[in-house]
Amino acid sequence: MFLITCPHCGPRSQAEFVYERAEEAVARPDDTTEATLTALYTRENPRDFAWELWRHAYGCRAWIRMRRHRVTHEIAQIASVGAEA
Amino acid sequence: MKRYSALGLLKGGFDGQKSWGLAWRAPKPKARYDVVIIGGGGHGLATAYYLAKHHGVRSIAVVEKGWIGGGNTGRNTTIIRSNYRLPQMQDLLEFSLRLWEGLSEELNYNLMFSQRGALFLGHSDSDMTRLAERGDSLACNGIDAELLTREQVRRLAPLLNMDEAARYPIFGGLIQRRGGTARHDAVAWGYARAADALGVDILQNCEVTGIDIEGGRAVGVQTSQGAIGADQVAICVAGNSGHVAAMAGLRLPIESHMLQAFVSEPVKPMIDTVIMSQSIHCYISQSDKGEIVLGGDPDLYPSYSQRGIPMRVEEVAGQAIGLVPALSRLRMLRCWSGVTDMSFDGAPIIGDTPVDGLSLNGGWCYGGFKATPGSGMLFAHALAKGEPHPIAAPFNLGRFASGALIDEAASGPLPQSR
Repeated sequence: MFLITCPHCGPRSQAEFVYERAEEAVARPDDTTEATLTALYTRENPRDFAWELWRHAYGCRAWIRMRRHRVTHEIAQIASVGAEA
Repeated sequence: MKRYSALGLLKGGFDGQKSWGLAWRAPKPKARYDVVIIGGGGHGLATAYYLAKHHGVRSIAVVEKGWIGGGNTGRNTTIIRSNYRLPQMQDLLEFSLRLWEGLSEELNYNLMFSQRGALFLGHSDSDMTRLAERGDSLACNGIDAELLTREQVRRLAPLLNMDEAARYPIFGGLIQRRGGTARHDAVAWGYARAADALGVDILQNCEVTGIDIEGGRAVGVQTSQGAIGADQVAICVAGNSGHVAAMAGLRLPIESHMLQAFVSEPVKPMIDTVIMSQSIHCYISQSDKGEIVLGGDPDLYPSYSQRGIPMRVEEVAGQAIGLVPALSRLRMLRCWSGVTDMSFDGAPIIGDTPVDGLSLNGGWCYGGFKATPGSGMLFAHALAKGEPHPIAAPFNLGRFASGALIDEAASGPLPQSR
Protein backbone atom coordinates (compact mmCIF):
# COMPACT_ATOMS: atom_id res chain seq x y z
CA MET A 1 0.00 0.00 0.00
CA PHE A 2 1.08 3.57 -0.44
CA LEU A 3 0.38 7.10 0.76
CA ILE A 4 -1.41 9.43 -1.60
CA THR A 5 -1.06 13.15 -1.02
CA CYS A 6 -4.49 14.44 -1.96
CA PRO A 7 -4.16 18.01 -3.30
CA HIS A 8 -7.10 18.94 -1.08
CA CYS A 9 -6.63 16.83 2.07
CA GLY A 10 -2.89 16.08 2.31
CA PRO A 11 -1.29 12.64 2.79
CA ARG A 12 -3.85 9.86 3.26
CA SER A 13 -3.83 6.06 3.08
CA GLN A 14 -4.38 4.49 -0.32
CA ALA A 15 -7.34 2.66 1.23
CA GLU A 16 -9.32 5.94 1.02
CA PHE A 17 -8.85 6.17 -2.74
CA VAL A 18 -10.33 4.43 -5.75
CA TYR A 19 -8.55 4.04 -9.07
CA GLU A 20 -10.84 5.36 -11.78
CA ARG A 21 -8.95 4.92 -15.05
CA ALA A 22 -5.78 5.66 -16.95
CA GLU A 23 -5.80 9.24 -18.13
CA GLU A 24 -5.29 8.04 -21.71
CA ALA A 25 -8.62 6.18 -21.33
CA VAL A 26 -10.69 9.36 -21.22
CA ALA A 27 -12.92 9.52 -24.31
CA ARG A 28 -14.01 13.04 -25.23
CA PRO A 29 -17.30 13.96 -26.92
CA ASP A 30 -15.68 15.57 -29.98
CA ASP A 31 -13.22 12.70 -30.58
CA THR A 32 -13.25 10.81 -33.86
CA THR A 33 -14.51 7.21 -33.76
CA GLU A 34 -10.95 5.99 -34.03
CA ALA A 35 -9.76 8.16 -31.13
CA THR A 36 -12.71 6.99 -29.02
CA LEU A 37 -11.88 3.35 -29.78
CA THR A 38 -8.24 3.98 -28.88
CA ALA A 39 -9.25 5.58 -25.60
CA LEU A 40 -11.81 2.97 -24.62
CA TYR A 41 -10.11 -0.19 -25.78
CA THR A 42 -6.34 0.24 -25.87
CA ARG A 43 -3.72 1.09 -23.29
CA GLU A 44 -0.03 1.79 -23.23
CA ASN A 45 -0.02 -0.16 -19.92
CA PRO A 46 3.70 0.56 -19.36
CA ARG A 47 6.06 -0.96 -16.80
CA ASP A 48 6.85 2.67 -16.06
CA PHE A 49 5.25 5.95 -14.97
CA ALA A 50 1.75 6.65 -16.28
CA TRP A 51 -0.84 9.35 -15.68
CA GLU A 52 -3.91 8.04 -13.88
CA LEU A 53 -7.20 9.38 -12.54
CA TRP A 54 -8.05 8.41 -8.97
CA ARG A 55 -10.90 9.50 -6.71
CA HIS A 56 -10.67 10.30 -2.99
CA ALA A 57 -13.77 8.17 -2.40
CA TYR A 58 -13.60 8.03 1.39
CA GLY A 59 -12.33 11.61 1.83
CA CYS A 60 -13.16 14.75 -0.12
CA ARG A 61 -14.53 12.68 -3.04
CA ALA A 62 -12.64 14.78 -5.58
CA TRP A 63 -11.11 13.21 -8.68
CA ILE A 64 -7.34 13.70 -8.83
CA ARG A 65 -4.62 13.12 -11.38
CA MET A 66 -1.37 11.39 -10.54
CA ARG A 67 1.69 10.15 -12.36
CA ARG A 68 2.46 6.83 -10.73
CA HIS A 69 5.03 4.14 -11.42
CA ARG A 70 3.34 0.84 -12.28
CA VAL A 71 6.13 -1.32 -10.78
CA THR A 72 7.43 0.63 -7.76
CA HIS A 73 4.17 2.54 -7.05
CA GLU A 74 6.21 5.75 -6.64
CA ILE A 75 4.05 8.81 -7.23
CA ALA A 76 6.05 11.45 -9.11
CA GLN A 77 3.37 14.10 -9.62
CA ILE A 78 -0.10 14.70 -8.27
CA ALA A 79 -2.64 17.40 -9.05
CA SER A 80 -6.31 18.23 -8.88
CA VAL A 81 -8.26 17.68 -12.09
CA GLY A 82 -8.10 20.81 -14.24
CA ALA A 83 -4.88 22.11 -12.64
CA GLU A 84 -1.47 21.86 -14.30
CA ALA A 85 0.80 19.38 -12.51
CA MET B 1 11.58 -39.55 -22.62
CA LYS B 2 11.88 -41.99 -19.77
CA ARG B 3 8.31 -42.87 -18.83
CA TYR B 4 7.18 -42.57 -15.25
CA SER B 5 5.37 -45.60 -13.82
CA ALA B 6 4.84 -47.47 -10.58
CA LEU B 7 7.08 -50.25 -11.89
CA GLY B 8 9.79 -47.71 -12.74
CA LEU B 9 9.58 -46.32 -9.23
CA LEU B 10 9.88 -49.83 -7.81
CA LYS B 11 12.93 -50.59 -10.01
CA GLY B 12 14.44 -47.25 -9.00
CA GLY B 13 14.23 -48.39 -5.41
CA PHE B 14 17.19 -50.69 -6.11
CA ASP B 15 19.52 -47.86 -7.10
CA GLY B 16 18.24 -45.17 -4.74
CA GLN B 17 16.14 -43.52 -7.52
CA LYS B 18 19.36 -42.18 -9.08
CA SER B 19 18.78 -43.10 -12.72
CA TRP B 20 15.96 -40.72 -13.61
CA GLY B 21 17.92 -37.91 -15.24
CA LEU B 22 16.64 -34.42 -16.01
CA ALA B 23 13.01 -34.05 -17.06
CA TRP B 24 13.94 -31.55 -19.81
CA ARG B 25 17.14 -30.26 -21.40
CA ALA B 26 18.73 -26.83 -20.91
CA PRO B 27 19.73 -26.09 -24.52
CA LYS B 28 21.56 -23.07 -25.92
CA PRO B 29 19.40 -20.95 -28.22
CA LYS B 30 19.70 -21.72 -31.93
CA ALA B 31 19.96 -18.88 -34.42
CA ARG B 32 16.48 -19.49 -35.76
CA TYR B 33 13.28 -21.45 -35.14
CA ASP B 34 10.02 -21.92 -37.04
CA VAL B 35 8.11 -20.66 -34.02
CA VAL B 36 9.37 -18.69 -31.03
CA ILE B 37 6.92 -18.65 -28.13
CA ILE B 38 7.54 -15.87 -25.63
CA GLY B 39 6.60 -16.99 -22.13
CA GLY B 40 7.29 -20.33 -20.43
CA GLY B 41 4.14 -20.58 -18.38
CA GLY B 42 1.46 -23.21 -18.76
CA HIS B 43 -0.06 -21.56 -21.84
CA GLY B 44 3.25 -21.14 -23.68
CA LEU B 45 4.44 -24.66 -22.89
CA ALA B 46 1.08 -26.19 -23.81
CA THR B 47 1.12 -24.26 -27.09
CA ALA B 48 4.58 -25.64 -27.87
CA TYR B 49 3.53 -29.17 -26.95
CA TYR B 50 0.41 -29.19 -29.18
CA LEU B 51 2.27 -27.48 -32.05
CA ALA B 52 4.86 -30.26 -31.98
CA LYS B 53 2.43 -33.09 -31.31
CA HIS B 54 -0.56 -32.27 -33.53
CA HIS B 55 0.93 -30.07 -36.22
CA GLY B 56 4.36 -31.62 -36.69
CA VAL B 57 6.25 -28.38 -36.11
CA ARG B 58 9.70 -29.57 -35.09
CA SER B 59 11.61 -26.32 -34.60
CA ILE B 60 10.08 -24.51 -31.63
CA ALA B 61 11.59 -22.46 -28.82
CA VAL B 62 9.86 -21.39 -25.63
CA VAL B 63 11.65 -18.32 -24.31
CA GLU B 64 11.21 -17.63 -20.59
CA LYS B 65 12.73 -14.67 -18.72
CA GLY B 66 12.83 -16.52 -15.38
CA TRP B 67 12.04 -20.16 -14.70
CA ILE B 68 9.13 -22.03 -16.25
CA GLY B 69 5.89 -21.80 -14.33
CA GLY B 70 7.28 -19.01 -12.14
CA GLY B 71 4.65 -16.47 -13.14
CA ASN B 72 0.90 -16.84 -12.91
CA THR B 73 1.07 -20.60 -13.53
CA GLY B 74 2.56 -20.97 -10.06
CA ARG B 75 0.54 -18.17 -8.44
CA ASN B 76 -3.10 -19.04 -9.07
CA THR B 77 -5.50 -20.87 -6.77
CA THR B 78 -5.57 -23.92 -9.12
CA ILE B 79 -9.34 -23.95 -9.67
CA ILE B 80 -10.66 -25.67 -12.81
CA ARG B 81 -14.26 -25.37 -14.03
CA SER B 82 -16.25 -24.58 -17.14
CA ASN B 83 -19.46 -23.25 -15.58
CA TYR B 84 -19.48 -19.86 -17.24
CA ARG B 85 -22.55 -17.89 -18.32
CA LEU B 86 -21.91 -17.01 -21.96
CA PRO B 87 -21.84 -19.78 -24.60
CA GLN B 88 -18.51 -18.63 -26.08
CA MET B 89 -16.85 -18.90 -22.65
CA GLN B 90 -18.61 -22.22 -21.96
CA ASP B 91 -17.36 -23.71 -25.22
CA LEU B 92 -13.82 -22.52 -24.56
CA LEU B 93 -13.59 -23.70 -20.97
CA GLU B 94 -15.46 -26.96 -21.59
CA PHE B 95 -13.04 -27.75 -24.43
CA SER B 96 -10.30 -27.22 -21.88
CA LEU B 97 -11.98 -29.20 -19.09
CA ARG B 98 -12.31 -32.23 -21.40
CA LEU B 99 -8.58 -32.05 -22.08
CA TRP B 100 -7.86 -31.85 -18.33
CA GLU B 101 -9.79 -35.10 -17.87
CA GLY B 102 -7.18 -37.12 -19.76
CA LEU B 103 -4.14 -34.94 -19.36
CA SER B 104 -2.17 -36.74 -16.64
CA GLU B 105 -2.22 -39.91 -18.78
CA GLU B 106 -1.39 -38.05 -21.98
CA LEU B 107 1.59 -36.23 -20.47
CA ASN B 108 2.63 -39.24 -18.33
CA TYR B 109 2.84 -36.76 -15.48
CA ASN B 110 0.67 -36.73 -12.37
CA LEU B 111 -1.09 -33.35 -12.43
CA MET B 112 -3.05 -34.32 -9.31
CA PHE B 113 -6.21 -33.30 -11.17
CA SER B 114 -9.01 -33.73 -8.69
CA GLN B 115 -12.64 -33.38 -9.79
CA ARG B 116 -13.88 -32.54 -6.33
CA GLY B 117 -16.65 -30.24 -7.57
CA ALA B 118 -16.83 -26.48 -7.99
CA LEU B 119 -19.63 -25.02 -5.86
CA PHE B 120 -21.05 -21.51 -6.16
CA LEU B 121 -23.03 -20.40 -3.11
CA GLY B 122 -26.14 -18.25 -3.35
CA HIS B 123 -26.78 -15.81 -0.50
CA SER B 124 -30.14 -14.35 -1.50
CA ASP B 125 -33.18 -15.02 -3.69
CA SER B 126 -31.62 -12.95 -6.46
CA ASP B 127 -28.37 -14.95 -6.20
CA MET B 128 -30.39 -18.15 -6.60
CA THR B 129 -32.16 -16.71 -9.64
CA ARG B 130 -28.84 -15.88 -11.26
CA LEU B 131 -27.39 -19.29 -10.38
CA ALA B 132 -30.46 -20.98 -11.87
CA GLU B 133 -30.09 -18.87 -15.01
CA ARG B 134 -26.46 -19.89 -15.31
CA GLY B 135 -27.28 -23.55 -14.64
CA ASP B 136 -29.98 -23.52 -17.34
CA SER B 137 -27.59 -21.92 -19.79
CA LEU B 138 -25.01 -24.61 -19.04
CA ALA B 139 -27.55 -27.43 -19.33
CA CYS B 140 -28.64 -26.10 -22.74
CA ASN B 141 -25.02 -26.35 -23.83
CA GLY B 142 -24.61 -29.91 -22.52
CA ILE B 143 -22.39 -28.98 -19.57
CA ASP B 144 -23.07 -30.44 -16.14
CA ALA B 145 -24.68 -28.10 -13.65
CA GLU B 146 -26.79 -28.92 -10.64
CA LEU B 147 -28.79 -26.45 -8.59
CA LEU B 148 -28.57 -27.36 -4.91
CA THR B 149 -30.94 -26.60 -2.07
CA ARG B 150 -29.71 -25.19 1.21
CA GLU B 151 -29.91 -28.68 2.74
CA GLN B 152 -27.87 -30.21 -0.11
CA VAL B 153 -25.21 -27.54 0.36
CA ARG B 154 -25.12 -28.28 4.09
CA ARG B 155 -24.51 -31.99 3.40
CA LEU B 156 -21.81 -31.20 0.85
CA ALA B 157 -19.84 -28.74 2.98
CA PRO B 158 -20.88 -29.12 6.61
CA LEU B 159 -18.39 -26.56 7.89
CA LEU B 160 -20.20 -23.71 6.12
CA ASN B 161 -21.99 -21.29 8.43
CA MET B 162 -25.63 -22.30 7.84
CA ASP B 163 -26.99 -19.96 10.53
CA GLU B 164 -29.86 -17.88 9.17
CA ALA B 165 -28.29 -14.82 10.79
CA ALA B 166 -24.87 -15.56 9.24
CA ARG B 167 -22.92 -12.72 7.64
CA TYR B 168 -23.39 -14.54 4.32
CA PRO B 169 -26.62 -16.53 4.71
CA ILE B 170 -26.72 -19.58 2.43
CA PHE B 171 -29.85 -20.05 0.32
CA GLY B 172 -28.47 -22.80 -1.91
CA GLY B 173 -25.86 -23.30 -4.57
CA LEU B 174 -24.89 -24.36 -8.07
CA ILE B 175 -22.31 -27.11 -8.46
CA GLN B 176 -20.29 -28.40 -11.38
CA ARG B 177 -19.23 -31.81 -10.14
CA ARG B 178 -16.58 -32.21 -12.85
CA GLY B 179 -14.84 -29.04 -11.66
CA GLY B 180 -11.97 -29.15 -9.20
CA THR B 181 -8.30 -28.40 -8.81
CA ALA B 182 -4.90 -29.51 -10.15
CA ARG B 183 -1.33 -29.10 -8.97
CA HIS B 184 -0.34 -25.96 -10.90
CA ASP B 185 3.46 -26.42 -10.95
CA ALA B 186 3.01 -29.95 -12.27
CA VAL B 187 1.11 -28.53 -15.24
CA ALA B 188 4.14 -26.47 -16.28
CA TRP B 189 6.54 -29.33 -15.58
CA GLY B 190 4.39 -31.95 -17.31
CA TYR B 191 4.01 -29.88 -20.48
CA ALA B 192 7.71 -28.92 -20.40
CA ARG B 193 8.81 -32.54 -20.18
CA ALA B 194 6.45 -33.70 -22.91
CA ALA B 195 7.32 -30.77 -25.20
CA ASP B 196 11.04 -31.27 -24.66
CA ALA B 197 10.66 -34.93 -25.63
CA LEU B 198 9.20 -33.73 -28.94
CA GLY B 199 12.25 -31.54 -29.55
CA VAL B 200 11.02 -28.19 -28.23
CA ASP B 201 13.87 -26.04 -26.86
CA ILE B 202 12.92 -24.52 -23.50
CA LEU B 203 15.16 -21.52 -22.92
CA GLN B 204 15.01 -20.37 -19.31
CA ASN B 205 16.60 -17.18 -17.93
CA CYS B 206 16.27 -15.76 -21.43
CA GLU B 207 14.41 -12.46 -21.37
CA VAL B 208 12.95 -11.01 -24.55
CA THR B 209 14.05 -7.39 -24.86
CA GLY B 210 12.78 -6.62 -28.35
CA ILE B 211 10.78 -7.94 -31.28
CA ASP B 212 12.47 -7.61 -34.68
CA ILE B 213 10.20 -6.33 -37.42
CA GLU B 214 11.13 -6.15 -41.08
CA GLY B 215 8.72 -4.82 -43.68
CA GLY B 216 5.82 -4.95 -41.22
CA ARG B 217 6.51 -8.58 -40.33
CA ALA B 218 7.88 -10.05 -37.08
CA VAL B 219 11.06 -11.94 -37.97
CA GLY B 220 12.53 -12.73 -34.57
CA VAL B 221 13.28 -11.57 -31.05
CA GLN B 222 16.15 -9.94 -29.22
CA THR B 223 16.88 -11.66 -25.92
CA SER B 224 19.32 -11.54 -23.02
CA GLN B 225 20.98 -14.55 -24.73
CA GLY B 226 21.20 -12.92 -28.16
CA ALA B 227 19.03 -12.59 -31.24
CA ILE B 228 16.76 -15.45 -32.27
CA GLY B 229 15.16 -15.53 -35.72
CA ALA B 230 11.67 -16.91 -36.23
CA ASP B 231 9.06 -17.44 -38.94
CA GLN B 232 6.41 -16.79 -36.31
CA VAL B 233 6.52 -15.10 -32.92
CA ALA B 234 3.82 -15.94 -30.37
CA ILE B 235 3.19 -13.95 -27.18
CA CYS B 236 2.01 -15.95 -24.14
CA VAL B 237 3.07 -13.70 -21.29
CA ALA B 238 -0.11 -13.05 -19.26
CA GLY B 239 0.42 -9.92 -17.15
CA ASN B 240 3.24 -8.68 -19.34
CA SER B 241 1.19 -8.88 -22.58
CA GLY B 242 1.02 -5.10 -22.94
CA HIS B 243 4.73 -4.69 -22.19
CA VAL B 244 5.82 -7.29 -24.76
CA ALA B 245 3.29 -6.25 -27.43
CA ALA B 246 4.59 -2.67 -27.09
CA MET B 247 7.96 -4.01 -28.37
CA ALA B 248 6.14 -4.49 -31.68
CA GLY B 249 4.46 -1.10 -31.45
CA LEU B 250 1.06 -2.50 -30.42
CA ARG B 251 -1.38 -1.13 -27.88
CA LEU B 252 -3.62 -3.87 -26.48
CA PRO B 253 -7.03 -3.80 -24.80
CA ILE B 254 -5.29 -4.97 -21.63
CA GLU B 255 -4.43 -3.37 -18.31
CA SER B 256 -2.23 -5.23 -15.81
CA HIS B 257 -3.56 -5.52 -12.26
CA MET B 258 -2.61 -7.47 -9.13
CA LEU B 259 -4.43 -10.51 -7.80
CA GLN B 260 -3.45 -12.07 -4.50
CA ALA B 261 -3.79 -15.56 -3.10
CA PHE B 262 -3.17 -16.95 0.36
CA VAL B 263 -2.58 -20.28 2.05
CA SER B 264 -2.98 -21.33 5.65
CA GLU B 265 -0.92 -23.81 7.60
CA PRO B 266 -1.71 -27.39 6.52
CA VAL B 267 -4.46 -29.21 8.40
CA LYS B 268 -6.31 -32.50 8.06
CA PRO B 269 -8.98 -32.70 5.35
CA MET B 270 -11.83 -30.32 6.19
CA ILE B 271 -13.10 -28.94 2.85
CA ASP B 272 -13.40 -31.47 0.01
CA THR B 273 -14.90 -29.23 -2.66
CA VAL B 274 -14.12 -25.83 -4.15
CA ILE B 275 -16.29 -23.19 -2.49
CA MET B 276 -17.07 -19.96 -4.37
CA SER B 277 -19.85 -17.44 -4.13
CA GLN B 278 -22.26 -15.65 -6.43
CA SER B 279 -22.10 -12.45 -4.37
CA ILE B 280 -18.63 -12.19 -2.87
CA HIS B 281 -15.35 -12.74 -4.62
CA CYS B 282 -13.95 -15.25 -2.12
CA TYR B 283 -12.95 -18.77 -3.09
CA ILE B 284 -11.84 -21.54 -0.77
CA SER B 285 -10.31 -24.94 -1.40
CA GLN B 286 -7.93 -27.28 0.36
CA SER B 287 -4.71 -28.42 -1.27
CA ASP B 288 -3.63 -32.04 -1.15
CA LYS B 289 -0.96 -30.92 1.31
CA GLY B 290 -3.75 -29.73 3.61
CA GLU B 291 -3.33 -25.98 3.27
CA ILE B 292 -6.50 -23.92 2.91
CA VAL B 293 -6.10 -21.95 -0.33
CA LEU B 294 -7.90 -18.59 -0.47
CA GLY B 295 -8.40 -15.96 -3.11
CA GLY B 296 -10.43 -12.80 -3.37
CA ASP B 297 -10.88 -9.58 -5.27
CA PRO B 298 -8.08 -8.16 -7.40
CA ASP B 299 -6.34 -5.05 -6.07
CA LEU B 300 -8.28 -2.90 -8.58
CA TYR B 301 -5.54 -0.60 -9.84
CA PRO B 302 -2.82 -1.11 -12.47
CA SER B 303 0.44 -2.60 -11.25
CA TYR B 304 3.23 -4.95 -12.27
CA SER B 305 4.69 -5.08 -8.75
CA GLN B 306 3.68 -8.68 -7.83
CA ARG B 307 2.98 -7.25 -4.36
CA GLY B 308 -0.56 -7.12 -3.04
CA ILE B 309 -2.21 -4.65 -0.69
CA PRO B 310 -2.61 -5.75 2.96
CA MET B 311 -6.22 -4.57 3.18
CA ARG B 312 -7.15 -7.30 0.70
CA VAL B 313 -5.69 -9.95 3.03
CA GLU B 314 -7.97 -8.70 5.79
CA GLU B 315 -10.97 -8.59 3.48
CA VAL B 316 -10.50 -12.13 2.11
CA ALA B 317 -9.85 -13.55 5.59
CA GLY B 318 -13.03 -11.86 6.82
CA GLN B 319 -15.09 -13.29 3.97
CA ALA B 320 -13.62 -16.77 4.34
CA ILE B 321 -14.30 -16.81 8.08
CA GLY B 322 -17.80 -15.49 7.41
CA LEU B 323 -18.42 -18.49 5.14
CA VAL B 324 -16.50 -21.12 7.15
CA PRO B 325 -16.11 -19.96 10.78
CA ALA B 326 -13.72 -22.83 11.63
CA LEU B 327 -11.08 -21.15 9.46
CA SER B 328 -10.66 -18.47 12.14
CA ARG B 329 -8.48 -20.89 14.09
CA LEU B 330 -5.93 -21.31 11.29
CA ARG B 331 -2.71 -19.35 10.90
CA MET B 332 -1.94 -17.90 7.50
CA LEU B 333 1.27 -19.25 6.02
CA ARG B 334 1.92 -17.21 2.89
CA CYS B 335 0.40 -14.61 0.63
CA TRP B 336 1.60 -13.65 -2.83
CA SER B 337 0.47 -11.80 -5.88
CA GLY B 338 0.39 -12.29 -9.65
CA VAL B 339 0.04 -9.85 -12.52
CA THR B 340 -3.28 -10.43 -14.28
CA ASP B 341 -3.78 -9.27 -17.86
CA MET B 342 -7.22 -7.68 -17.52
CA SER B 343 -8.88 -7.42 -20.93
CA PHE B 344 -11.66 -4.91 -21.46
CA ASP B 345 -14.49 -7.40 -21.76
CA GLY B 346 -13.10 -9.99 -19.36
CA ALA B 347 -12.49 -12.56 -22.10
CA PRO B 348 -9.15 -13.68 -23.55
CA ILE B 349 -7.60 -12.72 -26.88
CA ILE B 350 -6.36 -15.64 -28.99
CA GLY B 351 -5.02 -15.19 -32.50
CA ASP B 352 -3.23 -12.89 -34.87
CA THR B 353 -2.35 -9.22 -34.39
CA PRO B 354 -2.02 -6.32 -36.86
CA VAL B 355 1.69 -7.27 -37.18
CA ASP B 356 2.22 -10.17 -39.62
CA GLY B 357 3.92 -13.17 -38.08
CA LEU B 358 3.07 -12.01 -34.55
CA SER B 359 0.29 -13.75 -32.60
CA LEU B 360 -1.11 -13.16 -29.16
CA ASN B 361 -2.60 -15.39 -26.50
CA GLY B 362 -3.43 -13.18 -23.54
CA GLY B 363 -6.03 -11.16 -21.70
CA TRP B 364 -7.04 -14.16 -19.59
CA CYS B 365 -7.71 -11.83 -16.65
CA TYR B 366 -7.75 -13.84 -13.40
CA GLY B 367 -9.04 -17.05 -15.07
CA GLY B 368 -6.21 -18.39 -17.18
CA PHE B 369 -5.07 -21.45 -15.27
CA LYS B 370 -8.23 -23.51 -15.85
CA ALA B 371 -7.90 -22.84 -19.58
CA THR B 372 -4.28 -23.96 -19.92
CA PRO B 373 -4.72 -27.12 -22.07
CA GLY B 374 -7.47 -25.66 -24.27
CA SER B 375 -5.65 -22.37 -24.66
CA GLY B 376 -2.51 -24.19 -25.78
CA MET B 377 -4.31 -26.43 -28.24
CA LEU B 378 -6.38 -23.63 -29.77
CA PHE B 379 -3.42 -21.26 -30.04
CA ALA B 380 -1.30 -24.01 -31.62
CA HIS B 381 -4.10 -24.51 -34.16
CA ALA B 382 -4.12 -20.80 -35.01
CA LEU B 383 -0.32 -20.71 -35.38
CA ALA B 384 -0.16 -23.83 -37.55
CA LYS B 385 -3.20 -23.27 -39.77
CA GLY B 386 -3.09 -19.48 -40.02
CA GLU B 387 -6.75 -19.29 -39.08
CA PRO B 388 -8.55 -19.67 -35.76
CA HIS B 389 -10.21 -22.84 -34.55
CA PRO B 390 -14.02 -22.27 -34.46
CA ILE B 391 -13.99 -22.26 -30.65
CA ALA B 392 -11.27 -19.58 -30.55
CA ALA B 393 -12.66 -17.50 -33.42
CA PRO B 394 -14.87 -15.23 -31.25
CA PHE B 395 -11.84 -14.35 -29.13
CA ASN B 396 -10.12 -12.29 -31.83
CA LEU B 397 -8.45 -8.96 -31.17
CA GLY B 398 -10.71 -7.23 -33.70
CA ARG B 399 -13.82 -7.69 -31.55
CA PHE B 400 -13.13 -4.53 -29.57
CA ALA B 401 -13.47 -2.41 -32.71
CA SER B 402 -16.40 -4.40 -34.16
CA GLY B 403 -18.33 -4.43 -30.88
CA ALA B 404 -18.64 -8.24 -30.66
CA LEU B 405 -17.52 -8.22 -27.03
CA ILE B 406 -17.74 -11.28 -24.77
CA ASP B 407 -18.59 -9.63 -21.48
CA GLU B 408 -19.23 -12.52 -19.08
CA ALA B 409 -19.77 -10.19 -16.11
CA ALA B 410 -21.70 -7.58 -18.16
CA SER B 411 -19.69 -4.91 -16.39
CA GLY B 412 -18.42 -2.71 -19.22
CA PRO B 413 -14.95 -1.82 -20.42
CA LEU B 414 -13.16 -0.86 -17.19
CA PRO B 415 -11.09 -3.77 -15.90
CA GLN B 416 -11.36 -2.76 -12.24
CA SER B 417 -15.13 -3.15 -12.33
CA ARG B 418 -15.12 -6.89 -13.05
